[in-house]
Amino acid sequence: MHAAGMGGIRTAGDLVARMQLSRKMRLNEAKKYVADKLKVSVEDLVDEVVMNELRQELDISTVYAGMGEMSRGIESKFKIAKLLDLEINSVQRFLRKTGWQQ
Amino acid sequence: MVVTRMGDGSFITMTEEEVQRDVEEGMADAVKKGKVEPLGQDEIEHIVEICCRPQKFVSVEKGNELVLTYDSGTLKVTRLGIPIGMPQILQLYERAFSADSLELAYVHYSFKPIKMIVPEEQYAVAETSLVTTAPLLYGAMPNLPLYTQPDGPCPNAAELLPAGKIEEARRGQEEAAEYAIKDMVYVSSGVYEAGADGIDFDTTAAAGDAEFYATLKATEQLKAKYPEMAIEIGMAGEFVLGFHGQLEYDGVRLAGLYPHKQVKLAEKAGANVFGAVVNTNSSRTFPWNLGRAITFCKACTEAAEIPVHANVGMGVGGVPMVMTPPIDCVSRVSTAMAEVVKLDGL
Repeated sequence: MHAAGMGGIRTAGDLVARMQLSRKMRLNEAKKYVADKLKVSVEDLVDEVVMNELRQELDISTVYAGMGEMSRGIESKFKIAKLLDLEINSVQRFLRKTGWQQ
Repeated sequence: MVVTRMGDGSFITMTEEEVQRDVEEGMADAVKKGKVEPLGQDEIEHIVEICCRPQKFVSVEKGNELVLTYDSGTLKVTRLGIPIGMPQILQLYERAFSADSLELAYVHYSFKPIKMIVPEEQYAVAETSLVTTAPLLYGAMPNLPLYTQPDGPCPNAAELLPAGKIEEARRGQEEAAEYAIKDMVYVSSGVYEAGADGIDFDTTAAAGDAEFYATLKATEQLKAKYPEMAIEIGMAGEFVLGFHGQLEYDGVRLAGLYPHKQVKLAEKAGANVFGAVVNTNSSRTFPWNLGRAITFCKACTEAAEIPVHANVGMGVGGVPMVMTPPIDCVSRVSTAMAEVVKLDGL
């Protein structure tokens, strides 16, 4: 996360990055969009304590693997797609490949 | 006294007044060359204050964090001689390095060699997309010179231009651009269909205006084919070199464009994120380079409608031109880019 990064899945950096990359949202717009969807303040998005608890609650990956209870990778992305109202390419591919969607 | 560095990384000491003078002179150079607006007095003072902080590592105020994307992502670990696979490297990026996004990149980081191994890259993308959560880009360089003789089929402009064969050099570059477009579209389609969220065209326009043209055209074609594909166009330098000199995109001559004009064409082509580059002058001071980089990036960010992620690495964005970029400079550039430029990411 270096000097200025948001912190990835340690906080909500991956979610804000996703809105920039998929919807071309500028930084403040992307932060607000994610905060609104998560029902937290924009300040909370970079708080490791708040976001770790929230990510556990939403089951959308944290940096800790835990005892195999947390969703990881593609499992989390299914929930993130729904949470952020997005289509995620790898999720769509997974659905096609598993025969759950044409 | 303020301890800072030259653009070649060597330590120097300056007074606060000298730091301010260099920031202003760097800014003035950007204003003159790029025909962009100067920074305000409060912005100059903010940069000077960041340069003069006594701490080795500095950071942003809480709330000013921005998004990080990467170029040659997995290669950064491969180059360290650590023999682990690309999916595992990206798991480390995600869980150990707190990366906001991920980039998968093959060692021969150019589209031409990658087209031969697209199936293998598809495996890596598909595997990675199953075990990681953050957005996943696939990165490579357009690298137009690989299409020129003796490495490729096209007449080599670097040999033709000194011989005065201007027209032949232009035709050679146009031919190379067509090959590059095909390869960029082919490889990008393959990795997108394997599950990547998008593509990072890294070091775009390293070979000048023909390479910028090829990348814009490839972006246009990919967005027509896959409207949801995320495309980041990261530049190679601050200024598009006019090796061809006559190429245009959407009626705009490409040679000579600076970041605030480059970003408008990236937007037209359909890019989702633009990677602005400002070159570091190794014989000027860090404050001079930072003042200059901030001025160019601010103009680019203000002109942009899409997110702008400035390149902050060895020899760009004000960071000294060394293989091991000093953290005192990298953290100061990151902080200034976030707080003065209000950039979308790095």
